[in-house]
Amino acid sequence: MGEFKVHRVRFFNYVPSGIRCVAYNNQSNRLAVSRTDGTVEIYNLSANYFQEKFFPGHESRATEALCWAKGQRLFSAGLNGEIIEYDLQALNIKYSMDAFGGPIWSMAASPSDSQLLVGCEDGSVKLFQINPDKIQFERNFDLQKSRILSLSWNPSGTHIAAGSIDYISVFDVKSGSAIHKMLVDRQYMGVSKRKCIIWGVAFLSDGTVISVDSAGKVQFWDSATGTLVKTHLVANADVQSIAVSDQEDSFVVGTAEGTVFHFQLVSVTSNSSEKQWVRTKPFQHHTHDVRTVAHSPTALISGGTDTHLVIRPLMEKVEVKNYDAALRKITFPHRRLISCSKKRQLLLFQFSHHLDLWRLGSTVATGGKTSGKFLVPGKHGDTLPLSKDADHLLHLKTKVSKMPAFLRSAVQILFSEDSTKLFVASNQGSLHIIRLLEGSFKHLHTFQAQSGTVESMCLLAVSPDGNWLAASGTSAGVHVYNVKRLKLHCTVPAYNFPVTALAIAPKTNNLVIAHSDQQIFEYSIPDKQYTEWSRTIQKQGFHYLWLQRDTPITHISFHPKRPMHILLHDAYMFCIIDKSLPLPNDKTLLYNPLPPTNESDVIRRRTAHAFKISKRYKPLLFMDLLDERTLVAVERPLDDIIAQLPPPIKKKKFGT
Amino acid sequence: MAGPRKGTTGSGRKWLGPERERLHQGTHSCSPAWPVIPSLRDGCVPRLCRYRPCKYLFCVSGDFVKVYSTATEECVHVLQGHRNLVTGIQLNPHNHLQLYSCSFDGTIKLWDYLDGILIKTFTVGQKLHALYTHALAEDSVFVTIKKEKPDVFQLVSVRLPRSPRQDAEAEEPCLVLDYISPSPKCVAFGSQGEYVAAVRDFYLSVYFFKKKATSRFTLSSSGNRKHAKNNFTCVVCHPKEDCIATGHKDGKIRLWRGFDDEKKYTYTCLHWHHDLVMDLAFSATGGSLLSGGRESVLVEWRDAAEKTKEFLPRLGATIEHISVSPAGDLLCTSHSDNKITIIHRNLEASAVIQGLVRDSSILTGLMIDPRTKALVLNGKPGHLQFYSLQSDKQLYNLDIVQQEYINDYGLVQIELTKAAFGCFGAWLATVEQRQEKEGELELQMKLWTYNKKTQGFVLNTKVSMPHEDRITALCFCNAEKSESPTLVTASRDGRFKVWVLADDSDIYREAVGWTCDFVGSYHKYQATNCCFSEDGSLLAVSFEETVTIWESETWELRCTFCQRAGHVRHLCFGRLTCSKYLLGATENGTLCCWNLLSCALEWSTKLNITVMEPDPRSENVAAVSRSSGGSDLFVFKPSEPRPLYVQRNICSEEVRWGVFVPRDVPDAFTSEALQWLNRSQFYFLTASQSLLTFSSKSPEEKLTPTSKQLLAEESLPTTPFYFILGRHRQQRGEQADGASENELVQLPLTENVPAISELLHTPAHVLPSAAFLCSMFVNSLLLATEARSAEEMPDDVDMEEEKASDSSEEEGDVPEKVQHADHTDVGEDLRQQLSQLSKCEEKELRKLRRVDYSWVTAP
Repeated sequence: MGEFKVHRVRFFNYVPSGIRCVAYNNQSNRLAVSRTDGTVEIYNLSANYFQEKFFPGHESRATEALCWAKGQRLFSAGLNGEIIEYDLQALNIKYSMDAFGGPIWSMAASPSDSQLLVGCEDGSVKLFQINPDKIQFERNFDLQKSRILSLSWNPSGTHIAAGSIDYISVFDVKSGSAIHKMLVDRQYMGVSKRKCIIWGVAFLSDGTVISVDSAGKVQFWDSATGTLVKTHLVANADVQSIAVSDQEDSFVVGTAEGTVFHFQLVSVTSNSSEKQWVRTKPFQHHTHDVRTVAHSPTALISGGTDTHLVIRPLMEKVEVKNYDAALRKITFPHRRLISCSKKRQLLLFQFSHHLDLWRLGSTVATGGKTSGKFLVPGKHGDTLPLSKDADHLLHLKTKVSKMPAFLRSAVQILFSEDSTKLFVASNQGSLHIIRLLEGSFKHLHTFQAQSGTVESMCLLAVSPDGNWLAASGTSAGVHVYNVKRLKLHCTVPAYNFPVTALAIAPKTNNLVIAHSDQQIFEYSIPDKQYTEWSRTIQKQGFHYLWLQRDTPITHISFHPKRPMHILLHDAYMFCIIDKSLPLPNDKTLLYNPLPPTNESDVIRRRTAHAFKISKRYKPLLFMDLLDERTLVAVERPLDDIIAQLPPPIKKKKFGT
Repeated sequence: MAGPRKGTTGSGRKWLGPERERLHQGTHSCSPAWPVIPSLRDGCVPRLCRYRPCKYLFCVSGDFVKVYSTATEECVHVLQGHRNLVTGIQLNPHNHLQLYSCSFDGTIKLWDYLDGILIKTFTVGQKLHALYTHALAEDSVFVTIKKEKPDVFQLVSVRLPRSPRQDAEAEEPCLVLDYISPSPKCVAFGSQGEYVAAVRDFYLSVYFFKKKATSRFTLSSSGNRKHAKNNFTCVVCHPKEDCIATGHKDGKIRLWRGFDDEKKYTYTCLHWHHDLVMDLAFSATGGSLLSGGRESVLVEWRDAAEKTKEFLPRLGATIEHISVSPAGDLLCTSHSDNKITIIHRNLEASAVIQGLVRDSSILTGLMIDPRTKALVLNGKPGHLQFYSLQSDKQLYNLDIVQQEYINDYGLVQIELTKAAFGCFGAWLATVEQRQEKEGELELQMKLWTYNKKTQGFVLNTKVSMPHEDRITALCFCNAEKSESPTLVTASRDGRFKVWVLADDSDIYREAVGWTCDFVGSYHKYQATNCCFSEDGSLLAVSFEETVTIWESETWELRCTFCQRAGHVRHLCFGRLTCSKYLLGATENGTLCCWNLLSCALEWSTKLNITVMEPDPRSENVAAVSRSSGGSDLFVFKPSEPRPLYVQRNICSEEVRWGVFVPRDVPDAFTSEALQWLNRSQFYFLTASQSLLTFSSKSPEEKLTPTSKQLLAEESLPTTPFYFILGRHRQQRGEQADGASENELVQLPLTENVPAISELLHTPAHVLPSAAFLCSMFVNSLLLATEARSAEEMPDDVDMEEEKASDSSEEEGDVPEKVQHADHTDVGEDLRQQLSQLSKCEEKELRKLRRVDYSWVTAP
């Protein structure tokens, strides 16, 4: 399958923002995640935890609270004092509304989904009515002395618990007055701390209030009497988050030490009805503060400053040992942040608030086998002198303002191969085609969204000859447009799982689609049907190890000279599919290392199968062919990210 | 019982060959050679002591079960009867005055531990590895037995038949759990007896009696580093809740809950131990969990929470077992150094029962402290232990190295290699060494003087690097007439050094110290041993194959002996009439005897000697040789080449060290072969660190007689009656024998009367009514003196209250006691009268008892 010169790029200085809130939606099995830079991401837990939607953030919109209401409506609130509702179809912000209480620290939707409660800096708890189009302020509860950091509704909706500094208040929703004020001990293992911050509260249906605080305590209170029932000291540092399961038989807390503790309600003896809360398992999947946790019916979800989203399945709740039973750690976004100019050897990096343009370096090639920062297969590990450093060309932060209104918000943009056309997927679900001229542009055509949907297209692919444009949204199928005739050519049959990557092969105009369940389809655009190869692989099925990979394929490309090859990669592997070779079955070795060159051809041919996989580069954010013999791989080592994070809380480690 | 032991000498079996007595096979039995480590259980005796609920502590020691008093740490009873190692003990859940024990000999025995009486023996017929009882299991007990296949053990329940006979066959065992671990720590019964938990390797199995189903929970045992040490080590069950605590090899403790559902089970991890958890115990109420391991720290986990734990550190050695008293006020831990620590509930160690420390390698050999007559040898790391052979108790530990011992694998520790007493216990010389690499030897010699004021040894002189190489021998000149103490060290560097006590005074104080007086060598050979003659005039130093004789006055070389039979390993001068002989044993198995007057070889013989010890009280020399079958003992006089006594195969393993312990009172063995034991007793230590001796007495007799009396006295409550009785006894004692004032001697006098002792030892409920017995009993007492009857009655009533065991009694007891009574020499005729007269009553009593048997067994 040939050797490549590889540009191994490690200067993409990407650091994901820390996770601030997660909110789990039981109805749609989706997870909303907000990060410290205001970004909100939606993960579809049913589709292999694919990050299907994404709302870019802004520095001024630091989210502090996130909640789902009325099934599909997502609200966030932040330190700028605004409550924001997101439009999950159009992928933009529906509206924002100031709560007039200073920075908002907490938010909770009522069990009936009709009301929204926010806790503000000035100590006020504000109740909003959720109307179909907007939210409307209803009233204030009794003003408290200090900021309201946490809120929780009683499942019956009659009472709420609000965690503040040094105390927890219990409000009667009807009257809006505080009926109990439960003071929390500042003492921490005999040492008195200055303040005890109630980071989280949870109100159970039996009237128990569970609080977590900065002294490392998890406390159980009786809300009827306002008394402390039990204390669990779980950490030496703050316990920052709590989430209770819907059945109220288990809850999870996250600490600043990076540990997540699971508490379960177990019966004291098998034949008595008496039950007690027991701390069961600790999970140490984080290095930094666990700022937020969520409890889905089958998994514990946690996220924090170390930017990982960790989904830890509860083995006892998982019915069959399948894909869902594995621990998932999501660090990188499930979309492409890098694009590459093949001819000019330029790389464009997308950051949350700016773009970087780099030119690749090179070395004096000696013997045709060396390169700078490059690695030659078979001679890997050598570091070769760089004759020319990679240049940092541009740092784009400003936006061009002279844009027509319809182009204001683009979800995805794409140039045609010959750079004469620009394809823009805008947020109304429409696609615009723009002809680029020297210094100006001209709007050519708009493909309107299919009738009845306003879903935005997130992925675009154009054929190298410029005739075909494929576009895919988060749920609907892939649409193929004829650019020449400016009309919809066909729609690929819908599939249950969202599309993670799209590409159209040169010459044959086969559309290759990768889905989040790791299936790959090849669809012939001219024939309007799946190709023979695609049918074969669907019939035979993919290798089980292939299906068990836990990151989606984010990029597909083709070899200009070898039409039988498809190049694709996810975060942990790079794969060349050779369609001419037999498919692997479950008995063959999927991840066979590339056989050494000196091995006899017979053995190589016998063991060869269609999937050539290289796991040398990881985490791999981008990989593409520059020319026939050169690859560029962009890696982002996790250690480099950790080095840029604030130092974690020091813990004494035994034996050091 | 108090009488001197006479007349046992001739009794057949014991003298077919001298009985080997196991002296210290683990008070608390921590030998790695025993696959099953017996358990400690605390006994609660509510009826006897109302004020202190937990009075007795049971521990398994070899074939015996020892009963200790928690208050005095005194061993009050030794329950003996098992023919093999006792592997498990449990209190009878239906009667807290009784104890079950099981053994490798295939029997379960039921004891009345207050009196040390065997009540019943149930024969199971298979090796029993562990014993468990439960209150709800009516009359069954649970034992671990081995299947035919090796390494497959089963937990079975055994129904114990209710029959009046003393020996009974247990019914056919019924299988409960298969494939379990033989260790008693690996099985535990749930609080209400609803389930039993067993652990082995990587899984926990829970058997539910009601459901008759087993749930099995497996931990990951994959090869990856994180889970590699997940093995279970022990299991306990919570006394109130459905919670199982398990200990693991990596030091974790897991608390399992919800295990009645194989899917919904959950566990909590507690992790403090860095090495495996040796044992776990829940407190009596279940409020806290106790754990211990190699760290020698007892950890108490309050509320089973990780953050609220308390420690009791510095317990001295690895905690092997933890036991909690049923009333919850006391804990006790047993340690690998043969020690039991009794700990109050507030984690304060209240008492220590220490036996002979046995977990370090013995390098110093066996010595006798001339002052205390205690056996001295290596104890804890870096310590010398003083062990009293008479009371089977450690007297004290002398810290020689005086450095904190760091307990970790792979660390090269400072070892105490040599020690010697000099000048009748006034001086002690010790040598410690540490060698990490070849050529990096650290050597230190310390000389300790006995301080009369503090009654202990005080460091006097410290010599660092006394030699260039290892010190092979160390000896004091112990001659009575020697004016200044002299010490000789021999080393592999080819020299021997003579150290003398010299004046070390300066302007601040008067002091003495040791200095090197003379350095001798012989052809650069390595010095292998040294020895002073009895009068101290000659010093023999062996240099590899050559023995050199030096005059101690002038340190001149007198003569040399060379036998060319390998390096000389043992060297000693003859004593008393044989002082002209020098004995040397070589590596190649030759024993030579040289005549110092003629400077010639007197005799030599082929003998592969491992131990050669002269008796300080006689001319005898004991030599132990290693042969294919085991070790053989030879006792001989240097003057005559024929041995006095030969005992083949004294033990199957190698004998490492031996010592003669002078007797306080010389024994009078008439048998010629045993005369060598008259003045001293020979103790020897085997490779597996068992300390053995030649004994003339049955184990029963070795029990210190006072302990039983102390018990009897303790059991008397201090009531007004007690004072009257006490006074009365004194009076009686005076009447009987004016010379004897000691009450302890007086007390057993009443017990020597068979009728009374019979009456007192019979359980109250099998006796006829007190009114019926009263007149007989009083009559028997009246005969002795008129004043007694009124006062003795309360005693009787008292005893009736106390003894509430449903036991049948041993019948063989009585004649023996008669025999003892015969031997008492105080007030002989009076007591003889007494016993004769009471014999008829005794017969009557027995008759009555037989009649009454039937209702005991009625359900």
